[in-house]
Amino acid sequence: MENIEHIPKEIQLVDDSGRRLDGRRLDELRPIRIEAGVLKRPDGSAYIEWGGNRVLAAVYGPREAHPRHLQDPARALVQCRYNMAPFSVSDRKRPGPDRRSVEISKVTSEAFSAVVFTEQFPRTSVDVYIEVLQADAGTRCAGITAASVALADAGIPMRDLIASCASGKIAGQVALDLNKEEDNFGDADCPMAVVARTGEIVLLQMDGHLTEDEFDRAMKLSMDAARRLNEMQRDALRRRYAATAMDETLGGDAP
Amino acid sequence: MSDFDATRHVVIPGELIDSRGSKPGEGTYAEDGHVYAAKLGIVDLREGLVSVIPLGGRYMPRADDEVIGQVVDLGPSHWLLDINAPYPAPLHATESPWRVDFGDTGRYMHIGDSAICRILQVDETKRVQCTMQDSELHKIEGGQIVEVSHSKVPRIIGKDGSMIQLIKSFTKVQGFVGQNGRIWIDGNPEDVMIATRVIKLIEEHAQAVGLTEAVNAFLKDAYAGRA
Repeated sequence: MENIEHIPKEIQLVDDSGRRLDGRRLDELRPIRIEAGVLKRPDGSAYIEWGGNRVLAAVYGPREAHPRHLQDPARALVQCRYNMAPFSVSDRKRPGPDRRSVEISKVTSEAFSAVVFTEQFPRTSVDVYIEVLQADAGTRCAGITAASVALADAGIPMRDLIASCASGKIAGQVALDLNKEEDNFGDADCPMAVVARTGEIVLLQMDGHLTEDEFDRAMKLSMDAARRLNEMQRDALRRRYAATAMDETLGGDAP
Repeated sequence: MSDFDATRHVVIPGELIDSRGSKPGEGTYAEDGHVYAAKLGIVDLREGLVSVIPLGGRYMPRADDEVIGQVVDLGPSHWLLDINAPYPAPLHATESPWRVDFGDTGRYMHIGDSAICRILQVDETKRVQCTMQDSELHKIEGGQIVEVSHSKVPRIIGKDGSMIQLIKSFTKVQGFVGQNGRIWIDGNPEDVMIATRVIKLIEEHAQAVGLTEAVNAFLKDAYAGRA
């Protein structure tokens, strides 16, 4: 963990004009860039830059599930591995799975199991790998958002894309998409993942406390953000496949 | 290309593609009378059936598909073939073109060998069985195997086999295009190389307009100044 003792405790997270440390308003997302199909070896991949977060997602499958005793004769497994690179945080992270990453892997695979048509591929597994290259709070949301694009890129049949964003409470106010400082010194952080079209919630966690009213407002912020994120995801996929789509014409200067 | 109409555009899973009562075809799903895309691909609407032609994804075996399989394991009375699908495909000795004695499968095909075979059946748990009992199904000896995405196979074959005929007429190679995206080509090394490049060209520009002309031009160019 980063040494935070030297930072004054009474840090002001929201100034008088309602701006946050990085200049955002309470309902603003950090700058986000998504790119689909960035890797050659896996069946599908995506890369996301979300504020200071840099996350790579890759998908294999459906392929034969190993070890074989894990196979489900009725449906496919969606197996997920969330992993943070040792250099993703300022103090080297000890590599390998830990309590936190095992938990995130579990909730992520459950979120994707809700949208993938698993019954179409009995006995197989769809493997999702989320690699956090640089972390700046909200990596699980960035990971899920990217992995969703990677799944579509891999041609996996699913009901919809999942968009994920956290909201929380900083300096007593409900805010969207907390960054590192806000996460560390804020009062609550509540990541959720939403099926874009139907508004179904497939992941909901909370760290800290929110009143019922605050929770409702946080949820509304995340829902709105999910809609915007969904548009970015679609845009990334369209950009990736625009060249292979209908507009291309091979003329006299064909290769 | 004329075999697709103007509805061709890329759809993303969850995208609404029809709410006028078309039947949901492959790569789609229906909910409350609307049809949504289940896969990333191109919409194809014909005769009231709306489907999504995938741009990628794994090959799923279907009965009567002719595929190229590679032997990955041997049993005393069967071979296990990798057919580029999530499921291995066992080929039983009685489905082979040979009279195989028990425990003698290795004499006919060994690990690493490839064969053209047909999917006999796929059951509901996706257990695959295949056969080699037909005159055009055989073990592959010599030549090369090129792998492409299975979704590009219809482009490589072309309408009524026009594209593959075009390639064969220029390069004089013999070959076979498996539904699983594996293509076997045999002939003069130089011709095989040209055929491979044409196949890669088609794969890369599978959805382009004027693909046949481009392939024709490429082949003409490659064989220009030759007997």
